[in-house]
Amino acid sequence: MNESQIMDKLEGIFRDVFDKPDLKLTKETTPGQIDEWDSLNTINLTVAIEDEFQIKVAVSEQKELKSVQSIVELIKRKIG
Amino acid sequence: MNTDVSSCLNYPFDVRQILQKKKALKRDLLAKKNQNWIEKKIAILGGSTTAEIKDILELFLLKDGIRPIFYESGYGKYYEEAVFGSQELQAFKPDIVYIHTTNVNISSFPEIFESVELVQKKLVAEVDRYKQIWTKIENDLGSVIIQNNFELPRNRPLGNLDASDERGKTNFITKLNFHFAQYSQEHKSFYINDINYLSAFFGLEKWSDKRYWYNYKYALSYHAIPLLSHNISRLIAGIYGRTKKAITLDLDNTLWGGVIGDDGVERIKLGKDTPEGEAFTEFQKYLKELRSRGVLLTVCSKNDEEKAKEGFSHPDSVLKFEDLAYFVANWKPKPSNLESIIRKINLGPDAFVFVDDNPVERAHVQVSFPQVEVPNMSEDIVDFIDHIDGAKYFEPIDIVADDLQRNRYYKENLAREEFKSIHLNYDDFLSSLEMKAEIGAFKPLYFDRITQLTNKTNQFNFTTKRYTSEQISLFGTDKKYLTLYARLEDKYGDNGLVSVIVGSVEGTRLNIDLWLMSCRVINRTLEFAMIDELVKSSQERGIETIIGHYIPTKRNQMVAEKFRELGFGLVSSGDQGSVWELTIGKHYLKQNRFIKVGE
Repeated sequence: MNESQIMDKLEGIFRDVFDKPDLKLTKETTPGQIDEWDSLNTINLTVAIEDEFQIKVAVSEQKELKSVQSIVELIKRKIG
Repeated sequence: MNTDVSSCLNYPFDVRQILQKKKALKRDLLAKKNQNWIEKKIAILGGSTTAEIKDILELFLLKDGIRPIFYESGYGKYYEEAVFGSQELQAFKPDIVYIHTTNVNISSFPEIFESVELVQKKLVAEVDRYKQIWTKIENDLGSVIIQNNFELPRNRPLGNLDASDERGKTNFITKLNFHFAQYSQEHKSFYINDINYLSAFFGLEKWSDKRYWYNYKYALSYHAIPLLSHNISRLIAGIYGRTKKAITLDLDNTLWGGVIGDDGVERIKLGKDTPEGEAFTEFQKYLKELRSRGVLLTVCSKNDEEKAKEGFSHPDSVLKFEDLAYFVANWKPKPSNLESIIRKINLGPDAFVFVDDNPVERAHVQVSFPQVEVPNMSEDIVDFIDHIDGAKYFEPIDIVADDLQRNRYYKENLAREEFKSIHLNYDDFLSSLEMKAEIGAFKPLYFDRITQLTNKTNQFNFTTKRYTSEQISLFGTDKKYLTLYARLEDKYGDNGLVSVIVGSVEGTRLNIDLWLMSCRVINRTLEFAMIDELVKSSQERGIETIIGHYIPTKRNQMVAEKFRELGFGLVSSGDQGSVWELTIGKHYLKQNRFIKVGE
């Protein structure tokens, strides 16, 4: 899976989790740009990402899911 | 079967969709038209994080027409807020308190070096700690309590001994759960949310996800939350009478394998001779158990009537024709037959579950009756029981004697209906019923039934107020209230306790706060016998005026003008309802003509 495919899937997840059907996601998107990107929604994001990409985020890696950039890197690393 | 987004909330749940789209789901559910919403205040006292449990619970409640307002305790503060009180919680006045505790909240497990006596003491101390919470909530808040029992431990340093040795955690939890169960049997308005069952059903290995515990303090995995929240929602639906009451079944390939019209009764698949036959018999057994606790079984089949009936005479048919509250077999479209079933049984469509192996029939019925639950049965008979059981349509919160008689009541009612059709004059029909009523003030013996009836009656119900069993027993004992119940019997049988009045006394005035009647006995003039009795008891208490209130809902249109029929005069009316008044003179004329009244 290449990066743009990953970004497409991530965008779908972000749109659902934040209920913003028009949301445009880039690697530069940060929690500051999405109002509701707080710790509670981070869990929903994590669970959705795990289910979508069939990966498991280790207990020590949860803190990496705090920007789109780091999420993409984590996914790339996990799916190899 | 529903094709909207919220179909992911139907059993079997689409967990991913629910978790990922919860915001859109909430929006859609709130936008649903023609919902007969009730609002309930629910306080969640958590022993671990509860945010997601609350969000998903909200979805399932909205689906049942219950609009929740939530209060969440501070993180892990279930004990402190209940026992030492919280002004915020007190001010919130919850209808329901849900205590989400799990085995991480057990304060002291036994240790392997401890004596049996010490372990026993620990058990008592743990149970007492929870009893302290429950007693305090009961006294300070008077809310209904929903309490989790405990899931078994995922890991067992003691191995199999963990279950059998007194010092094992599994052993300890099993005993705690037993004590919780016992408390629930001894206390009204206290219900166990059985997470011991849920976690076993889901699989303990999947039930918890320690990553979410260490990172976010969730005591169960996100994927298990829909199952948990759904289960809580079913208890709440049960408490407020929003559960299903009747099931309408197809015959061919639903109650037995094969097509009776083609195969004949001797060749349909039922019983131990074939694997499928065994599965159909098992399904019938499950239905029979539902029936025995009060769920009404009805049949809607495309068949020749006589042929269809023959199926029940098969030696391996667990269900007998007499078990059915109503039976329709003909070649008309199913929605029109279902309509006549709904009318005959005299419950709303939202009380029905429609079960059919044929997806075309299901779709047809669902389109015609959006309020009927139509489970999307799989093709394999083996899954039928799980589809119904997992959806928890009929969740009973307790079993009162009346439930066990329900099928009989309905059958007797149908006999009366038939009889009615040969009597042209309704008065003659009423006289011929030889009705006898027992009318009197509430008695402790009837508190349970009165509570049950109060919380599920929608049509003949002037105010649709719901009360807990504590409130009902208060009305029955406090002199500020004047209460009446009525039982009605006729030559076809006993209908049981079917009507309830609660009035509050204010000097020489009596306000009718609650008056409802079971749909079983509507149009039998029982209300006239009751108003006579109400006037009599009022006179004995020095009351001069009886005030009636009508608060309209989507379902109680039938009583909008009832007070007028009963001789009341209209005082005022508006959007919020109407107020009526009856001045009791010395020469009140009795209105009851058809019912012999005694106590």
